[in-house]
Amino acid sequence: MYDIKALYQAKSVADAVALRLAHPEAQIIAGGSDVLVQMREGKRAGAELISIQTLDEIRGVSMDDDGTIRIGSLTSFSHITWDPLIQKYINVLGQAVDQVGGPQIRNIGTIGGNTCNGVTSADSASTLHAWDAIIELTGPDGIRRQPIHDFYIRAGVVDIREGEIQTAILIPKESYENCFGHYIKYAMRSAMDIATLGTSVNVRLSADKKTVERARVAFGVAGPVPLRAVRAEELAAGQPVSLELAERFAQAVKEDINPRDSWRAAKDFRIHIAVESAKRAFIESVKLAGGDL
Amino acid sequence: MSKQVGENAVRVDAYDKVTGRAKYTDDLCDRGALVVKVCHSTIAHGFVKAIDTSEAEAVPGVVKVLTCFDVPDIEFPTAGHPWSTDPAHQDVADRKLLNRHVRYYGDDVAVVIAEDEVAAAQALRAIRVEYEELPFVLDAQEAMREGAPQIQERYKNNILAHSDVRRGNYETARQEPGLIKVEGWYDTPTVQHCHIENHGCFAYKEAGRVVVVSSTQIPHIVRRVVAQALGLPWGKVRIIKPYIGGGFGNKQDALYEPLCAWCSTQVGGRLVKLECSREETFVSNRVRHAIRTHIISYVRPDGTLVARKLEAFSNQGAYASHGHGVVAKGMNAFPQLYPCPNVECDSWTVYTNRPAAGAMRGYGIPQAMFAGESHIDDICKAIGMSPLEFRRKNLMPVGYVDGFSKNELYSDSFNQCMDKGMELLDYQRKYQAYQNQTGPVRRGVGLAVFWYNTAVWPISLESSSCRMVLNQDGSLQFQTGETEIGQGCDTAYSQMVADAVGIPLSDVHVVSTQDTDVTPFGTGAYASRQTYIGGFSIAQTAQALRERILNIAHEQTRMPVSNLDLVDGQIVRKSDGRILKSLGDLATESLYSLESSRHITAETTAQIKSNAYSFGCSFAEVEVDIPMCRVKLLRLVNVHDCGRLINPALAEAQVHGGMSMAIGYGLSEELKFDPKTGRVLNDNLLDYKLSTFLDHPALEAAFVENPEPTSPYGTKALGEPPACSPAPAIRNAILNATGVAIDSCPITPHILYRKFREAGLIQE
Repeated sequence: MYDIKALYQAKSVADAVALRLAHPEAQIIAGGSDVLVQMREGKRAGAELISIQTLDEIRGVSMDDDGTIRIGSLTSFSHITWDPLIQKYINVLGQAVDQVGGPQIRNIGTIGGNTCNGVTSADSASTLHAWDAIIELTGPDGIRRQPIHDFYIRAGVVDIREGEIQTAILIPKESYENCFGHYIKYAMRSAMDIATLGTSVNVRLSADKKTVERARVAFGVAGPVPLRAVRAEELAAGQPVSLELAERFAQAVKEDINPRDSWRAAKDFRIHIAVESAKRAFIESVKLAGGDL
Repeated sequence: MSKQVGENAVRVDAYDKVTGRAKYTDDLCDRGALVVKVCHSTIAHGFVKAIDTSEAEAVPGVVKVLTCFDVPDIEFPTAGHPWSTDPAHQDVADRKLLNRHVRYYGDDVAVVIAEDEVAAAQALRAIRVEYEELPFVLDAQEAMREGAPQIQERYKNNILAHSDVRRGNYETARQEPGLIKVEGWYDTPTVQHCHIENHGCFAYKEAGRVVVVSSTQIPHIVRRVVAQALGLPWGKVRIIKPYIGGGFGNKQDALYEPLCAWCSTQVGGRLVKLECSREETFVSNRVRHAIRTHIISYVRPDGTLVARKLEAFSNQGAYASHGHGVVAKGMNAFPQLYPCPNVECDSWTVYTNRPAAGAMRGYGIPQAMFAGESHIDDICKAIGMSPLEFRRKNLMPVGYVDGFSKNELYSDSFNQCMDKGMELLDYQRKYQAYQNQTGPVRRGVGLAVFWYNTAVWPISLESSSCRMVLNQDGSLQFQTGETEIGQGCDTAYSQMVADAVGIPLSDVHVVSTQDTDVTPFGTGAYASRQTYIGGFSIAQTAQALRERILNIAHEQTRMPVSNLDLVDGQIVRKSDGRILKSLGDLATESLYSLESSRHITAETTAQIKSNAYSFGCSFAEVEVDIPMCRVKLLRLVNVHDCGRLINPALAEAQVHGGMSMAIGYGLSEELKFDPKTGRVLNDNLLDYKLSTFLDHPALEAAFVENPEPTSPYGTKALGEPPACSPAPAIRNAILNATGVAIDSCPITPHILYRKFREAGLIQE
């Protein structure tokens, strides 16, 4: 039994925007795998809800004319994992969200909800950061797009403005073309867990597979919001592929990450795992890109 | 005669359970029940000065708010032990229904009774409690120090109990020249049972009596505790126990039945239900005792144990519950498992401001085996002896008799179990191959044995009662006070009944529900006792029923009883094997006879004054990823000698469940406490790391069947033993893989990170 004050069912994205304006205190609910848990805990007890659950127009993965991959915000984790476009171009995202919770959660949980929560541990978030995803929001003044890095303001707070709902996550062609990535979820058990540390690396190699053209790495739980380790990325760019490079790249991530001490894990332990994970994910990404190590 | 015992009979409750027909407590509760929710303290230690309920009472739908100032001034015990008529052996009564002296973060201080859950939850948030805060203590040894916070008024230095064992002369013996001293401190965590069905119950008054339907393992004991807590005559209380979704010892305690029963009495006997959330189950039910154990062994270079010392500090938490029996069981196993002429053991059970510790699968033995079996491998490392060879040399020998319990080791269980496990895992070869590895990922194998005994005699009463009622068609119903809690005893008992009476299994109907108004007395599911203890009353009652049947058969067939038998539901003339009539025809004729109508029943009580050792071992193989501080369990093999198997498939399932529980104990599970407030930080299944299928290898269970001579069915304990030895086997496998001896469980990545850094395996 949930303590729900009112439930408004949106019939379309436009309707959802209107409901948001009419009920500014109301909470948006999509799959419900976070909102309902919070209501049960008493944190959002007595809340008004706007359900966008039935808005098929923002569900599914497609490719825009310019080659941008468009992931509707209501797309569930399991649909992302099994989507042919994702599997072909950004397989690592499908693999990352396949490690969220358990099968039931992956069937109801949506990528929009995962990012709108603004939590650092979200399994989709580090990969979306590593692939320079663009967040698309629809509001009373139309569509607004912003890089995912700017979307995250601070822990638990994202940039959704009055009347807006998140409608899609976009991956531009330049971001995914010829890129190969690997995600390591470090958690205390092999399923049904939240990341102690999430590491997503991807690389683009030169045509002869000998040189790293571009390497990107993002972490979850290495700071209050997901973050990129840009100094490691700069260090690797243009360098010849080698195990020694993997080691230096991994060590360099320490310059950008800032995990905290908490009862869930100590800071020094998280840093140690970040370095080791970066190394392993880099090596794996290079191998996926056809590089020889 | 067809034999059912020893066959893989399908569980008698299988179809009802998988199709959802089986009724559990909440399924039986009328939807109109009032909802009770408990207000838990938000301090770890102190006194409630005042509670303002006005705002809570104003919430629409709230019927009543009751507080610790309203409850009867009665302290009562909660442990699920048989009652003792000797006051010196009675359980400690140290809590009231709601408590003004708050002793842990989560203690019960008030209740809301409301028309629905939402109103109850809203009212709960509106209760204002004013406390006088006191310092708190979470560690057992700190709680024993002078000046530590006094948690229970009657127990100086918070020591609930101390007991000891002395053999020979430890101080003199350890002076022998040339001895090698091995010393270790071993820590085990506070963990919770995590049965799938949280505890819940509902209560109402009927004909001037209180009825409680509860998810419990021990209905007859709960009846007594509810009566004691409410100050009622025991006959004024009736407990009904339907199917339950596991208990593992948490429900071997009176949990919220007394409070729920009292709430009903406060609203005119209306139906009230109290269901624990998972968060409450973690904090405000019972947990396993965290035990810190200090062991010193003096050993000759050839592996002979000369003198040993053990000190164990058991963290009782806020209330006595099962109390000292838990650590005492582990301590008493110490000198038995590896007999040594000179032994000094001391154990203390100490109140702290943690949640109350009670019974949990293994009852002190998983803790004792983690410490003891880890220490054995530490000895082996110190003297350069193989863990297998050391155990063969020092483990309890065949013919050993314990002076107190009179338990005897009749068979070479340890060596037979180790032989089997060793062969299954290819232990010897791997143990050698895995020595002195280099590189980031290494493998290891480990071994640990366990000591266990069945049931509670002679510490407590052991008795079981059984009733059998024959139907007109020759089938029967039987009832015992022993409870089905998911482990399969209804099925094992049905197989026993079929054989003992002489009827097909399909003609045996178990009455699964216990109702203290009609079910014969039995103390319930604990101490891995039921298959052993229940077997006595089933065999005895079946014998009584057979005598009645054969006497009636004599009247109906004119053959002497001595020439009659009951086989497969048929009355048979023994001399020529001719079937004279079916049991159904006999029963129908007997019941409807116009001369001497008789309803054929039997009911007896068996008191059991024996107990049986149940031994075995675990073998583990691990792969340790050193840089990632991670252990992957590749294989886990448990081998048990629990006597003759009543139902091999159910026995295997029982072992799998225990191994699963022990994997979490060894690698991931622990309740964490906030040092600043005493609050449990991880009171949910996300942050409390119960292991999942993906964390398990294929679990391998094997058996050695030496029939137990004291049991009518040759059987003995299997409920708890599977959870006793995997954790130290995993720990010893990590030692074999890395050379690093871990002195605590769970062996999480956090622990491995520190230990690997200390050992120089990880450099920063």
